[in-house]
Amino acid sequence: MIVGVLALQGDFREHIAILSKMGVDAEEIRTPEELAAVDALVIPGGESTTIGRLAEVYGLIGPIQSRCEAGMPVLGTCAGMIFLASSTADGDQAQLGVLDACVRRNAFGRQFDSFEADLEVVGLDEPMHAVFIRAPWMEKIGADVEVLASVIDTEGESHPVLVREGRILATSFHPELTGDERLHRMLVDLVDDI
Amino acid sequence: MAANEQLTGTEQVKRGLAEMLKGGVIMDVVNAEQAVIAEAAGACAVMSLERVPADIRAHGGVARMADPARTEEIIAAVSIPVMAKSRIGHFVEAQVLQSLGVDYIDESEVLTPVDTNHIDKHAFTVPFVCGAKDLGEALRRIGEGAAMIRTKGEPGTGDVVEAVRHMRKMNTQIGWLTTLDPNEMMNAAKELRAPISLVQEVALSGRLPVVNFAAGGIATPSDAALMMQLGCDGIFVGSGVFKSDEPDVRARAIVEATTFYRDPEKIGKVSRNLGEAMVGINIDELQSIEMMQNRGS
Repeated sequence: MIVGVLALQGDFREHIAILSKMGVDAEEIRTPEELAAVDALVIPGGESTTIGRLAEVYGLIGPIQSRCEAGMPVLGTCAGMIFLASSTADGDQAQLGVLDACVRRNAFGRQFDSFEADLEVVGLDEPMHAVFIRAPWMEKIGADVEVLASVIDTEGESHPVLVREGRILATSFHPELTGDERLHRMLVDLVDDI
Repeated sequence: MAANEQLTGTEQVKRGLAEMLKGGVIMDVVNAEQAVIAEAAGACAVMSLERVPADIRAHGGVARMADPARTEEIIAAVSIPVMAKSRIGHFVEAQVLQSLGVDYIDESEVLTPVDTNHIDKHAFTVPFVCGAKDLGEALRRIGEGAAMIRTKGEPGTGDVVEAVRHMRKMNTQIGWLTTLDPNEMMNAAKELRAPISLVQEVALSGRLPVVNFAAGGIATPSDAALMMQLGCDGIFVGSGVFKSDEPDVRARAIVEATTFYRDPEKIGKVSRNLGEAMVGINIDELQSIEMMQNRGS
């Protein structure tokens, strides 16, 4: 099994490090040819406008969409979640639209408001320590999108920050920064289930 | 941690934003219009300042933090992170920048220093990036709380030679540390004039504990790819974009060369017909007193 990590911009090396530590073959993906050779894909944290623009220029949008429609498991973290979703609440940018959700970018505020917190995650016994950096949240989600974790904002409202739709997993936070392997394990298990 | 507790301003959160900028290009901008061009070209962040380094050189006098109104306009104009420069040691400029909501502060030798002490960066919630010419300087800044490092290079020249020299020096010194015996750590710390705990950390890991970008003199897509191949995590472009003939085309080309830095064909392709690069100043023509890299150490 090979897990590809989209390596246009962002913290792709951290994802590769965590997968390698788990004994999984991980490859940097920058072209449609490289994408064709993988069984699953990670879309890392980074700047979603930068990643989206480079993906457009280098013809990756169509190929990633077709692989997703054919059932390839995907994990998107932060910018990766924004890129997977169908729209953003605040402006136009290149997106894959394979996850039925509208995302609000920088939803918790600016870097000043970036934070760490312990999250209860559906299906995990122990809480997950999560790092949120200028993080997005899910503003609206489709009927088939399952919420696995939420965060309560300063006004007491709850917002989804970890969701799953079919074989697509998306998080607002960065499991790759804390060394927690459990979400990457979920991704690998989705490949094994095919 | 208690349930629902949220911790802000931690080392992990500060260093984490720099991790997200990796593989990207951060561009100097002096107004909202330039910031919008930079974002559309694929910049992963912009740096707000009053004048780009080439103009600071030409203008002379004291260079200070940008007018807060300009920085606010830039923050309102783009969705990517906005950084802004404060003078070395000017902790009140830094306090003002934090209150404006900038995402990173660059305590920068490009502006005129006000103190031989640098800012105590641990005291802030917002993270800092600082310049360094060698490993000792990088570790002193990290010791003061910097969450990201960049080479100093020689800003505003369009000559990448100093950025190359600073990156090579850091790589060589990191390599040297990894060959030392634990008994040699205190002497190494003395030689580098750096905190021993950080020296020990680098000796074990073989890398800086924070992200390290290239800055100072990068003007072409090949310059950017050169710095990436030398092991930098990303690129700052100061005067190189908006002092060139066609800023948006050059900005796109530098972004693409930074992603495909190991692919000479792609770098060649994006380098075609970019128009004139910034005119530039040969480093050998600069007096030592004119060198910004000698400010702060």
